[in-house]
Amino acid sequence: MSEASITQSSAAPIPTHAELFLAFFRITLSGFGGTLAWTRIMFVEKKRWMTAEEFNNVYTLCQFLPGPNIVNLTAVFGSRMRGPTGAIAAWAGFLVVPFCVMLVAGILYERYGDVDAVRRVLAGVAPAAAGLLIATAAKMAMPMFRSFGPAPIILLATAFAIGLMRWSLPLVLIVMIPISIGLAWGWRR
Amino acid sequence: MKADGDLLVTLAVQFAIMALLAFGGANAVVPEMHRQAVELRGWMTEREFTDMFAMSQAAPGPNVMLVTLIGYHVAGIAGALVTTLAMCGPTAVLAHFLGRTWDRFKDARWRITVQAGVVPISVGLVGASAIVLTGAADHSWVAAAITVATAVTAFWTRWNPLWLIGIAGLAGLTGLV
Repeated sequence: MSEASITQSSAAPIPTHAELFLAFFRITLSGFGGTLAWTRIMFVEKKRWMTAEEFNNVYTLCQFLPGPNIVNLTAVFGSRMRGPTGAIAAWAGFLVVPFCVMLVAGILYERYGDVDAVRRVLAGVAPAAAGLLIATAAKMAMPMFRSFGPAPIILLATAFAIGLMRWSLPLVLIVMIPISIGLAWGWRR
Repeated sequence: MKADGDLLVTLAVQFAIMALLAFGGANAVVPEMHRQAVELRGWMTEREFTDMFAMSQAAPGPNVMLVTLIGYHVAGIAGALVTTLAMCGPTAVLAHFLGRTWDRFKDARWRITVQAGVVPISVGLVGASAIVLTGAADHSWVAAAITVATAVTAFWTRWNPLWLIGIAGLAGLTGLV
């Protein structure tokens, strides 16, 4: 390893395409529940492909972008390491295992979804899955209710429009995004 | 299973649009998926939708893989490929391009304002998903109790969610729900 191969902010050499693919492939193998946590351990702590600060910056970007956050994260990582083809390698490495798992789950569901035991298990798991989502939403919302400003109102209005009124998502966003950004702009001035 | 071309195009367009509107991640568009798949297009029953969401939460991998199950249910393996690519592709391209310029605007005033405006909406969308799923999954007092118990435990402890899902599945198997 020569000094020149070391980027400004990373402590390790830039991973190859194969390494990127395999890194995310392995993350999904170990990732029951916490793919994000494993991604951080792999990239920042084990391989040192990124500093903690770089990781946080990329993570903030991906939380803010539309789309599946963790999938976007793979694209940004891959792209920073090896450009567009690196993005594809990381992205594909991340999606192969979950796709196959879900395909098998889908095939099994179509075949055995009406079996009594399966029905009963799913009848128990579905309310729990809803509960997990409530907890996720509550954790995300907590910091917003601790500070003054328009954020809590926007949050509740969005949840009301989509969750209770079941209005169309594109329409709600077209109205809410300009209002919310406008309020955020006015509030900070 | 015959893969109908028109159906695949519909899936591709609908899920790509949803991906681009998914502020807050895949969980943010669960109500829109529900609206499209159950209410507007009749691709599946409410029960099938909540089953699929439950499976996507219980399986390893990101929650977004719910779209793979929906795609398979609607149009077989081709459908699963189409929904997965439509949901995971377009925004990854966007992320690739923005990832290169992002650091430059890290402290820019307009970016901080836009973010301050978008984040409460994305949290509101996840809250909406929780409302829609709770309404769809809880048909009995026992089911509602499981939802509340899971939400409270997941909120106040750092237990692995899989334990909660496992316990709930067992409760279901024994016929409690």
